[in-house]
Amino acid sequence: MHDSLIELLPELWVAIGQTFLMLGIGLSAAVILGGPLGVLLFMLSPGQSLANRPAYLVLSWVVNTVRSFPFIILMVALVPFTRIVAGTSIGPLAAAVPLSVAAIPYFARLVEQTIREVPRGVIEAAHAMGASELQIVWRVLVREARSGLVLALTVLAVSFLSYSAIAGVVGGGGIGDLAIRYGYYRFQTDVMLLTVALLIVIVQIIQFGGNAIAHRLDKR
Amino acid sequence: MTQTASSPPSTPIIQLDSVRKTFILPDGGRFDAVQPISLEIARGDVFGLVGKSGAGKSTLLRLINLLERPDAGRVTVAGRELTVLGRRALREARQNIGMIFQQFNLLQNATVYENVAFPLRIHGRHSRAEIDARVRECLELVGLSDKLQSYPARLSGGQKQRVAIARALAPHPEVLLCDEPTSALDSETTRSLLQTLRDINEKLGVTIVIVTHELPVVDQLCDHAAVLEQGRFIEQFAIEDISAERTSVLGRELADLVRERRRRAELAAGSESSSVISFPKASNA
Repeated sequence: MHDSLIELLPELWVAIGQTFLMLGIGLSAAVILGGPLGVLLFMLSPGQSLANRPAYLVLSWVVNTVRSFPFIILMVALVPFTRIVAGTSIGPLAAAVPLSVAAIPYFARLVEQTIREVPRGVIEAAHAMGASELQIVWRVLVREARSGLVLALTVLAVSFLSYSAIAGVVGGGGIGDLAIRYGYYRFQTDVMLLTVALLIVIVQIIQFGGNAIAHRLDKR
Repeated sequence: MTQTASSPPSTPIIQLDSVRKTFILPDGGRFDAVQPISLEIARGDVFGLVGKSGAGKSTLLRLINLLERPDAGRVTVAGRELTVLGRRALREARQNIGMIFQQFNLLQNATVYENVAFPLRIHGRHSRAEIDARVRECLELVGLSDKLQSYPARLSGGQKQRVAIARALAPHPEVLLCDEPTSALDSETTRSLLQTLRDINEKLGVTIVIVTHELPVVDQLCDHAAVLEQGRFIEQFAIEDISAERTSVLGRELADLVRERRRRAELAAGSESSSVISFPKASNA
C-alpha cells in the first residue's frame, strides 16, 4: 500500500467514526421526530381519520420549506441555532444539528408516502373493531407499512451519508472532510479514491442490509 | 353481556330512525346516498340489503356502526343510541358490532392468530390466557384451527374470509355486519361460507345484516330483505312470504328463486334422490 495511505490510517478511522456519529444522530432524530410528524401528516390529510385541511396545509408547507433549502445553505443559516444546541459550530456534533433538521422533514415525507400504501379497508376494519387512533398507528399503519418504512430509512441513510460529506466542508469532520482536505486540497488522488471507494462500500452495505430486513419483515 | 340486559328481546336490536347521508363529490356536486330511511331489525334476524350498485346499500350498512356518520337521524344498536356517543364510548360500543368485508381487510403482516386476537388486544381488559382461549375457540368455529401461525397471503379467499369472521366474532358481538362478503369468492366457497354464517346465526344467536348484489345469497341466507333504489327503500319482505305481489324487479326475482328452490326440493323429495338438494334452507322462518 502507498505510504501516504498508511500514514493516513489513524485519521481514516477517526473520520469513519465521525461519519457514523453524524449519521447516527441525524437518523435517530429523523426516526424519533420525523416519524411521528409523517404519521401526523398522513392522519391530517384529506379523507383520513383526523382530516384537517388547514393543519395539513400548514405542516405540509413547513416540511416543504425546510426541504427546499440547499443543504449547505441550511448549515450556514443554522449556525446560531447550532451554537445554542451543540455549544459549538465546528465538529461532527455540531454538523449533526443541521443534518437532523434536514433529515426530520425528509423522513416525515417518506413516512407519509409509505403509510399511504396501507389499504384503506384495513384501517377501516380497525375502526369498525373500535381501535383508537393511536392503536391504529401502532398496530395497523406501522405494522402493515414496516418493510416500506425500513426501505424509506435506507434511502434516508444513503442520502445523509452524502450530506454528511458536505458537512465536512465546514469543519464537520468525517469521511467527506478527509476526501476534501487530502484528496482535493493536497491533490492526493489515492486518498480521494480510497475515500470514494469506502463510501461506495458503505452505501452498498446500507442498501443491502435495508433490502434484506425489509424482505424479512414483508409477509404480504 | 351488559348491552343485552338493557334491551329486552322484544325491541329490535337495530333501529335506524330517519337516517340520511349525502356525500359531497370532488366536483362540488352532491350525492344523496341514503335518503331519510327508517329501519328496524329484530334480534336474531338475518337481514339482507339488496339493490344495484350505487343504490346506497353499503352506505346504509356502514351507518349501523357509524363508519359513516349520518347527516341526520338516529342509530340505536342493542339499546344504545350510537349517534350521541363520544369517541371513546363509540369505540366501546363497536365491540358489540362485528363486521366483515368483500376484500377481507386482514392485517397482512400479522398471523391468523394475531388477526383474530386484534379486537381483544385493543380493548385491554383481557388476560393473555383469555385471549388465547377465545382465539382458538373462534378459529375452531370457522374450521381453521390448523392455520394459527399462517400469514393471510398463504390462505385462499374463502379461508381469509373465515379468518375475518373469526376476528369479527372474537369480542362476542350481538350483531354481524357483512359487506358483500362472498363477492370475491367462487360459488362453491360461497356456499360453505353461507353455511358458516347460518350456523353463527342459529347457534350463537348473532343478528346478521348482509349487503349483497347476489340474489342467491339472499335466498339461501336471509330471513328478511329490503330492496334499495337511489337511497330509498322500495320494499321490504320476508323471504319465504311469496304470496304478496312484489313491486320491485329484484323482489320478483327473489320470489322466483324461492319458488325454484321449493320446486326442486319437492322434486327431490318425490324421486327420493336427496343429492339434488344442494343446500336446503334451514327452517326458521
